[in-house]
Amino acid sequence: MKNLKQLSLILLAAIAFVSCSNDDDATDNPVPVNEEEVITTLTATLTPVGGGTEITLQKQDSDGDGPDDAVITVSSPLAIGTTYNVNLELLNETESPAESINEEIEEEDDEHQFFYTATNDVATFAYVDFDGDGNPLGLEFTLTTADVASTGNITIKLIHEPNKSAEGVSDGDITNAGGETDIEAIFPVVVE
Amino acid sequence: MKYFISILCFSVFSFVQSQNCSSTFSGEVHDFHDGTPIINATIFIENLNKYTTTDVNGQFSINDLCNDVIKIEVSHLACETKKIDVTIDGDTYLEINLEHHIEALSEVEVKGVNTSKLTKTTQETILKSETIDRFSSLNLGDALKQVSGVSSINTGSTIVKPVINGLHSSRIIVMTNGVRLQDQEWGIEHAPNIDLNTAGSINVIKGANALAYGGDAIGGVIVVKPSKISLKDSLYGKTIITGHSNGRGYNLNSSLTKTYKKGWYIGAQASLKRFGDFEAPDYSLTNTGLNTKGFSVNGGFKTFEKGFNISYSYLDNEIGILRSSHIGNVNDLVNAINSPEPSVIEDFSYDINAPKQEVTHQVFKTEFYKRFKKFGRVDIQYDYQNNHRYEYDIRVGDDKDKPAVDLTLKTHTLKTNVKLDSKSNVTYQFGVNASFQNNFADPTTGVRRLIPDYDKYDLGTYVISSLRLNNDINLDFGLRYDFNQIDAKKFYRTSSWEERGYDTDFPDLVIDDLGTQLLVNPVLNYHNVSASAGISYQLNDNSNFIFNYGLSNRAPNASELFSDGLHHSAARIELGDLRIKQETSNRVSGTYNYKNEALTLNIEAFYNHISDYIFIEPTGTTQTIRGAFPVWSYNQTNASLYGLDLTANYSFNNQWYINNKSSFIKGRDLTRNDALIDMPSTKTVNSIGYTNKKWLNLNTELQSELVFRQNDYPNNNFEVYNPTTDQMVLVDVSTTPPTYHLLHLQSNITLNISEKTNLNIGLNITNIFNTDYRENLNRSRYFADDLGRNIMLQLKLNY
Repeated sequence: MKNLKQLSLILLAAIAFVSCSNDDDATDNPVPVNEEEVITTLTATLTPVGGGTEITLQKQDSDGDGPDDAVITVSSPLAIGTTYNVNLELLNETESPAESINEEIEEEDDEHQFFYTATNDVATFAYVDFDGDGNPLGLEFTLTTADVASTGNITIKLIHEPNKSAEGVSDGDITNAGGETDIEAIFPVVVE
Repeated sequence: MKYFISILCFSVFSFVQSQNCSSTFSGEVHDFHDGTPIINATIFIENLNKYTTTDVNGQFSINDLCNDVIKIEVSHLACETKKIDVTIDGDTYLEINLEHHIEALSEVEVKGVNTSKLTKTTQETILKSETIDRFSSLNLGDALKQVSGVSSINTGSTIVKPVINGLHSSRIIVMTNGVRLQDQEWGIEHAPNIDLNTAGSINVIKGANALAYGGDAIGGVIVVKPSKISLKDSLYGKTIITGHSNGRGYNLNSSLTKTYKKGWYIGAQASLKRFGDFEAPDYSLTNTGLNTKGFSVNGGFKTFEKGFNISYSYLDNEIGILRSSHIGNVNDLVNAINSPEPSVIEDFSYDINAPKQEVTHQVFKTEFYKRFKKFGRVDIQYDYQNNHRYEYDIRVGDDKDKPAVDLTLKTHTLKTNVKLDSKSNVTYQFGVNASFQNNFADPTTGVRRLIPDYDKYDLGTYVISSLRLNNDINLDFGLRYDFNQIDAKKFYRTSSWEERGYDTDFPDLVIDDLGTQLLVNPVLNYHNVSASAGISYQLNDNSNFIFNYGLSNRAPNASELFSDGLHHSAARIELGDLRIKQETSNRVSGTYNYKNEALTLNIEAFYNHISDYIFIEPTGTTQTIRGAFPVWSYNQTNASLYGLDLTANYSFNNQWYINNKSSFIKGRDLTRNDALIDMPSTKTVNSIGYTNKKWLNLNTELQSELVFRQNDYPNNNFEVYNPTTDQMVLVDVSTTPPTYHLLHLQSNITLNISEKTNLNIGLNITNIFNTDYRENLNRSRYFADDLGRNIMLQLKLNY
């Protein structure tokens, strides 16, 4: 009997110990996470060489990896046989004011490269900006449209950690680049 | 010390007498459990070489003794022999209690490792320390594959999760040193945080019939026990040094234990493990290294009647994840699947960069037990576990060295168990478990929480009875009830909340609206009932049958309920569902054992019907800024799993033997009449072995491992637009890798260095022919081949 009493005492002590140790933190609500490296928006601003109407291509996905699909907008058709200077802007719009991601990419330009492709030969591209090793980066480039009226898709891709020295990569050929995709934006365009 | 031992004898009556050498020593010998007299027990006075036996009343008497200290040894068939020092001072009377239950006896077995089974009527297999030591530098999951019917689900070669009869993760309970491991076991790339070097033996129980450990082990229970403590004055230890050619890895493990005859003991163990990049036959697997540090201390007091134990263990694992398995979108995945080689192959390095994980697991345990005469044994245990998990992704800018996942899981558990074994043919066991768990996801990662903050409460109670009808038939019955409550606070994107229809189903859960995000507070309660029944029947000296039935319920885990976001290591967005209810398993199994001098055979069959089986499957893609990304959602269906496990061993003579271990399993989705995803392949392992005690105790075995292609799998392939080629391409995530065959060799010799010290030298070669292969249940199979040849040299010093 005495043993049982001792036993129940130990049990009580143990329960007290557990229940005490549980009382801390409790009430406070968790704080929301400030998403830091999300890219919600890619905007390509096309300025015709020699003047004319600016055209914007935009891919915006406000809820990041959430269920809402990204919204693609092309402000107007592109002109036949025209060369555009293109600037890319990358934004994190989950923050207010929106944060520009361009800076991060410029700082790590040797680890990033943009690639551009077009279907139906609607456009050709040439790099304007380069990293410290003389390899292309691609936040700035020129886009030259076809000489005939056509429609097709222009794709802009940002690759993280590509193999910039692989064959063709510095010419903008993605085939041997490897790495992983940080941005993939496909814009249906009309050249007229 | 003599005084202490006399406490063991419950009462000592002394009568003072003046004469020398005419004292009578008399007494009675009883069974400890039920107090019945033991007839024909031998009382042997060692230092006088006199003996007598007890009569029908268990009484004995020896005359003409001098007043002195005598050493007596009390023994009886099927009883633990007891040695007692008795002071004769006049006529002396002593009541002696002997312990005669064989099962209980093994718990105080004086020497050797404990190899007793925990259950009588389930499908249970034991791995002994010799086997475990061979895997000293590897994982729990690797060692468990020695059991027929146990396979593994891997991420690379260092994250190995055991799979029992097709089930894994939350469906398996892992017990280590009496503590139920709580280490975020829900994730496929979350391997059990156990240092295999702390294990003295491992019992694998298939199915949910061991209810004392939990009611939700639909797959089974793995019980990792430390080495036995012997009740003698001794200091012993073991040091293992292992070197590997593949991964240029090494492992150092050392343990030392001091025991005292009185029952006190203390032990410590530490291990270090380091691997660099592993190698597939044709290339280096960049960033697959491993860095492990662990130690444990263990001390206490132990006798047959009472004891306590305090232990602490620490384990830190830093594990690299194949660099090329990190992808940005579904086209990257297609490229990886279609490419014969991984996209990143660098020279060998010990460096571990992102993607990687670093997990620290700490366990503190204190336990106390006492046996009561004519009653049974009472155990009380409290344990605390702290599991801290960091996952590092490939990130840019200031976030480069910041973890993407930072979760701390703390669990307190209090449990009691009472075993009534005063009757020799029936025992009852009942107990209560209570636990509290808190998960904290650190928001400073800058990445949305994959698993939210939550508090979880569990209360379980069970009753188990074991009945021995006669020498041939044992029956077991068990019943268990568990209550689980999970109280979570989670941020949902408003878009996700609405897309899932939660805004209409659970509008009351929202406690804060931040515009694009909602803070919600789901409190989910689950009541689970489990039951088991089993019978074992000894047909004759050679054959024995076991049949059992188990009912178990498992409440959904945090991942199944709350997952919400990009899971980089799995290359998919994973979505849980708040509506998921518990799954219910009904499992029947039958076992046939045959044993004669040359042949041992064990055939295990099972059928497991699981209603509302929770699983994850591809459910389309979502468009993100990175392009299309595959979405996988948790879903429920009715499933059936059935299979056969075979183990056979035939000895031609004392030296040559052959062995076969095979397992076959099928999993069906009954609702859709389709195959279940992630089922282990049919596998057969055939060995031929040779042992010769005269040649330095040589053991050598050549093993052929044949794994057949899994032909039954659901087709979850889908097509996606590739802008580079302007074509739709097939994302083949389903097609399984081809059949493969590997050859392994293991051998060891033992040198006796001194009376108490021996050195065991082992040489193991795995994948002798450097065969290219990919294993279906390895997450890395989309990206790279499995491991090439490995030569391992192991030195084991026992002292």
